[in-house]
Amino acid sequence: MKPAGQKIMHGVGASPGIAIGHALHVGRHPVQVVYRHLEDAAGRRDEIERFDAAVRATREHLTQVRDDLHGPMTDYSYVIEAHLMILSDKMISQRTVDIIREQSINAEWALNQAVSEAASFFDHIQDEYIRARFADVEYVTDLILRHLVGATSTALDQLEGKGVVVAHDLSPADTTSMDLDWVMGFVTDMGGPTSHTAIMAQAKAIPAVVGLRRVTAEINSGDLVIVDGSAGVVVINPDEDTLHDYRDRQEAYTLYAQEILTKAHLPADTADNHRVDVGANIELAEEVSTVLTYGAESIGLYRTEFFYITQKTRPNEDELFLNFKMVAERLEGRPVTIRTLDIGGDKFLSDVGLPEEINPALGLRGIRFCLKERELFKEQLRAVLRASAFGRVRVMFPLISGVDELLQAKEVLEEARVELEERGAAYDPEMEVGIMIEVPSAVAVADLLADHVDFFSIGTNDLIQYSLAIDRVNEQVAHLYQPMHPAVLRMIQQTVAAGHQAGIPVAMCGEMAGDPAAVPLLLGLGLDHLSMNALAIPRVKQMVRRTSRELWTALAAEALGFATATQVIEFVHRELAKQFPDLLPLGGDPAGDEA
Amino acid sequence: MGEDQVIKNLAVTNRLGLHARAAARIAETVARFDCSVVLKKDGVEADGASILSVLTLDAPLGSEVIVQAQGQEASQVVQALGELFDDKFGEGA
Repeated sequence: MKPAGQKIMHGVGASPGIAIGHALHVGRHPVQVVYRHLEDAAGRRDEIERFDAAVRATREHLTQVRDDLHGPMTDYSYVIEAHLMILSDKMISQRTVDIIREQSINAEWALNQAVSEAASFFDHIQDEYIRARFADVEYVTDLILRHLVGATSTALDQLEGKGVVVAHDLSPADTTSMDLDWVMGFVTDMGGPTSHTAIMAQAKAIPAVVGLRRVTAEINSGDLVIVDGSAGVVVINPDEDTLHDYRDRQEAYTLYAQEILTKAHLPADTADNHRVDVGANIELAEEVSTVLTYGAESIGLYRTEFFYITQKTRPNEDELFLNFKMVAERLEGRPVTIRTLDIGGDKFLSDVGLPEEINPALGLRGIRFCLKERELFKEQLRAVLRASAFGRVRVMFPLISGVDELLQAKEVLEEARVELEERGAAYDPEMEVGIMIEVPSAVAVADLLADHVDFFSIGTNDLIQYSLAIDRVNEQVAHLYQPMHPAVLRMIQQTVAAGHQAGIPVAMCGEMAGDPAAVPLLLGLGLDHLSMNALAIPRVKQMVRRTSRELWTALAAEALGFATATQVIEFVHRELAKQFPDLLPLGGDPAGDEA
Repeated sequence: MGEDQVIKNLAVTNRLGLHARAAARIAETVARFDCSVVLKKDGVEADGASILSVLTLDAPLGSEVIVQAQGQEASQVVQALGELFDDKFGEGA
């Protein structure tokens, strides 16, 4: 029996590793709801009793799920608590009973009606986050409906043998009610690298690829599926050669995974003894303990936008200070680089109220916005300065395009210092000041900027977008977003050279820094620090340890000589394959080898 | 004894506003007392016993909510809710 040709799909690698197994569709197909008119009072009474029984059964089910939570999933008990509250909420359960009683219609239909009523209230809510919570209501409703019609299995109880779980999306209630010992891998349409499916899969070391958009339509239950959670690739009905290739990779990965996990906490020295500081990018103070467990030695980028986009009034100095202080203290002496507000009018919900811009990426954002909103900026700087008395705090300005802007920003920082002096507030007078290098003009004048700062940090995402004029969210041009473009490599090299000439370290905190396949090249280009999504740290550290900086300095010089991104990529992959044949699963898209 | 009515304005001082967890705490609190509670903001009324209803108030940090309690334990529930709001719903800073 020959499968109908293999199909390869690309998504987001959410949990590394390779799984090969048969697909098990666990899609929650919508329950068919029929309309039924109830004849008399007895019929209504029975129907209400039937509905109450379904609600009770759903409650038991959810309570069981909550009580079974363990390990890192315990953090999700609040999700189940929220489901339980929705279940007993008047707007759902009481309203359904009222509708049954008043309109003499069956429970399923009445429940649907109650939910649409609730939905109409939610439609008016301004806050996107709260509006999105309606998904929880729909989830709970679906559970009740299933109990009503007797289709109780939410598909995940259907696991009867080992398999790859294929689903549109998975709620914590789904994943926690599964017997994970039977799950070889996860493949979902929805979700990102920090979704709870990803977190749970990582905790259980189950390979997962999420965000595949329409994978559920492509896979049938029983299909043989390869899940490459390291590369974010799914192969459906692989041919013999591919299957064989992946079995080898799977074996290599298992050995590799055992090795890196035991070493995540050790420092990363290159094979020729250069220490590389590997840090994490974070967005919330609460992430600190997690990133430390992944082996972060610093926070190379603490994004501070969260405070400003989640609430409608802007945070005050004390609020910011307490938060920054908490991060500094939790790091116990490890450095944290706090990036000042990097925000454009498009993201800002707060009371600053900006007019709409046609081209926000080139508009009033980052440091420009802060220099315009001087008081807001200074308030944030005072908070950063005050936190510097409690740990190793550094400040970093985003989107600097030239010396003028930098000097103006430093002037505001100086004013903040003076104000704290007047108040007698403590701060670290030696606090380091750095800038993001993410605008091409900053690269061109990096030597001039270097005289005024203590460090550079290259933000590759924006630097690539601005220098190649590519909006990678735009599907028409997204393929032209090329981190290995010769222009990008030259700019990295130029920035490093200017920094080192001035005697300051150069970091990278974009996505590129967390790509193990890019790490040797980046070290060859001379970067001193790499900061990334915490999940990538163990793999990156392992790559650093095996890389010879001297060798890759020569290879980087060679890479800089190529004319196209494709040539650079081919060259780098060839060298990686030569030096690290056992790490092939990391070498990017394996499908490319086939073509 | 009797049908007391108590009305009080409460300020939302927690960072996230009346999000799911805060709404849940409100509904829990209301459920402990023998009375009905209506929350009002900008002409929108919410049933204090319903987490979903409270969510629809759309009340961020810095907004103010009018609490109107009716029943045996009206003053107790308003006091309990006041403490809950002051405590920022246990969210800390």
